[in-house]
Amino acid sequence: MNFQRIREKLNILADAAKYDVSCASSGSDRANKDNGLGNASRMGICHSYTEDGRCISLLKVLLTNHCIYDCAYCVTRKSNDVKRAAFKIQEVVDLTINFYRRNYIEGLFLSSGIFKNPDYTMERLVAVAKKLREEENFNGYIHLKSIPGASDELMYEAGLYADRLSVNIEVPTISGLKLLAPDKKHEDFKKPMLKVKNEIIRYRSERKVIKSTPKYAPAGQSTQMIVGASGETDMDIMYSATYYYRAYQMRRVYYSGYVPVADDARLPAIGSQVPMLRENRLYQTDWLLRFYGFAVKEILNSDHPNLDMDVDPKLSWALRNLHHFPVNVNTAEKAMLARIPGIGMQSVEKILKARRFRKLNWDHLKKMGVALNRAKYFMVCDSRYWERRDLDADKIKGMILQTSSGKYRNKFSAQLSLFN
Amino acid sequence: MKSSSTLIYDGSFNGFLTAIFIAFDEKINVADIQKNNQCQNGLFSETETVFTNVEKAKRVWNGIRSKSHNAISNVYFAFLSETEGVELILYTYIQKLMSSKNGKHLDYSDNIVSHVTQLARKVSKEKHRMEAFVRFQLTKDDVYFANIEPDYDILPLISKHFRNRYADQQWLIYDVKRKYGIYYNLDHVELVSLNLQEIHFNKIRKSDVFEAEEYDYQTLWNDYFKSTHIKSRINPKLHRQHMPKRYWKYLSEKKEAV
Repeated sequence: MNFQRIREKLNILADAAKYDVSCASSGSDRANKDNGLGNASRMGICHSYTEDGRCISLLKVLLTNHCIYDCAYCVTRKSNDVKRAAFKIQEVVDLTINFYRRNYIEGLFLSSGIFKNPDYTMERLVAVAKKLREEENFNGYIHLKSIPGASDELMYEAGLYADRLSVNIEVPTISGLKLLAPDKKHEDFKKPMLKVKNEIIRYRSERKVIKSTPKYAPAGQSTQMIVGASGETDMDIMYSATYYYRAYQMRRVYYSGYVPVADDARLPAIGSQVPMLRENRLYQTDWLLRFYGFAVKEILNSDHPNLDMDVDPKLSWALRNLHHFPVNVNTAEKAMLARIPGIGMQSVEKILKARRFRKLNWDHLKKMGVALNRAKYFMVCDSRYWERRDLDADKIKGMILQTSSGKYRNKFSAQLSLFN
Repeated sequence: MKSSSTLIYDGSFNGFLTAIFIAFDEKINVADIQKNNQCQNGLFSETETVFTNVEKAKRVWNGIRSKSHNAISNVYFAFLSETEGVELILYTYIQKLMSSKNGKHLDYSDNIVSHVTQLARKVSKEKHRMEAFVRFQLTKDDVYFANIEPDYDILPLISKHFRNRYADQQWLIYDVKRKYGIYYNLDHVELVSLNLQEIHFNKIRKSDVFEAEEYDYQTLWNDYFKSTHIKSRINPKLHRQHMPKRYWKYLSEKKEAV
């Protein structure tokens, strides 16, 4: 191993890959084969955390940061003056295996800048995965980036070796894409997604008949959107996310607050604040849609095209729909329990189980971990005390804000601080 | 009134289950269940020493499991938390479980049940953390070696995970605090105790028991760790929340921070 050379390459290519937020290693249950190396843990494992608090579970690198495209938001765009490097296939394989053996990572997340053409690039990515699986008998997690415009044959092969495939939409609106990435076509993104989706459906149906059908992308596919680069509303983002969840059966859509990397009139200037609070609210909305049974149009619609920044989307929905409340936790059905602000899905499950034994009161709920400072305005339980005043939405919001402290409250408060 | 007695067992999980068996079998009015190395006599209770019997322990295990799989894992996990007085709590828990028709372990509004669930949760979290934070270093004898210092006694819980994952390499995970380890010899996992001269946490000085190449990979990993964070998003509080400081000692990527 030429240590110095590898070290230099790793620094360049890991640095360029960090803007991909996905680092999930969950959802696959690949077992260890023939006493080989590795398996995939169904729930995923975060082996370390970056100093910005994100999980590191995969070795996330680019194969190369040479790129023929010039997308304004991207750090490896053609016109950007950065150091370029490229890994050999064997080098990526060696790094992955050695990191994996030391329990540093769950597997590999391989992406790439596009050199020559999409197919040529995709071929290289697939070659790495193939080598890991077939020569090294590696059964850990592999996440491959589908290169927009890659051919169906390559996408089929990629799914045989990878656990997850992803294409990043990056810009949620078609007009935004035209503006920021004029060389890329919207159709190119959809083509590999559609192929992967169809292959997964085919795999599932064939598996019912022939048990030994080779696995095809068991952890499904995901995508990512940049938030705050092209002036889109939260409604644009969430509606397009819902579309991708539905039409391509995405496992995850990631939202990435735009980190300014370029001086470009079309984009926020370098040094402007990364919209982390907005990103957080979008993820909360995403969870409400996927786990809490909300429909996207309940949370975002033409009357409310953007999410509230000072309260979470569930509370904000409840405040707009006070006629549904208060809910009696001892009798309400699951769907309604899940809509009470301050009660998460874990608490919902606990409440459903515990209330078979006795009627629940405030103490019980508090012990189960319900955030009563929010929940108490929206529910009644087995107690003589409950919120009897006829409060309007603004009042409730004010009282909740007074008694809680949000993690972003100080950073993004509109109120100027007196001492700094 | 029947006088109460304190049961003394050898500290193992099987010993504890045997104590439970005897308490149920002989209808003992249990004042406390204690480990033999830290027992303390009560003023008004007798003591009775329990001899571990695997057959009896197995019957208790199966008895609880037939009530619920969830409950038996709660009992085992909570036991491994080594919390003071956990034995009596678990005894009450098992009593409640056995006397109810079904599903008592789901009654989260019950104090004992919620306490046991919480303890089990803590241990399971620590187990998950250790599956993540073990850092193997390759020794010259071709063994991947790791020191850990977990809050709870989780080695028995993680051995299966590592056995399934690293099936083609020899590895050894050693619990520095409890002075025992698990070693995989390419065939099965066994318990070992070592006479460690030094504890191999992250020192700047290189130890000669490890391969030279080992330090190259640590450097690469540390570099990788450094290049993954985005400067404009830095959030040390969140970082520490996910990766508490007490674990840093054994994480090579935090070498410089320690």
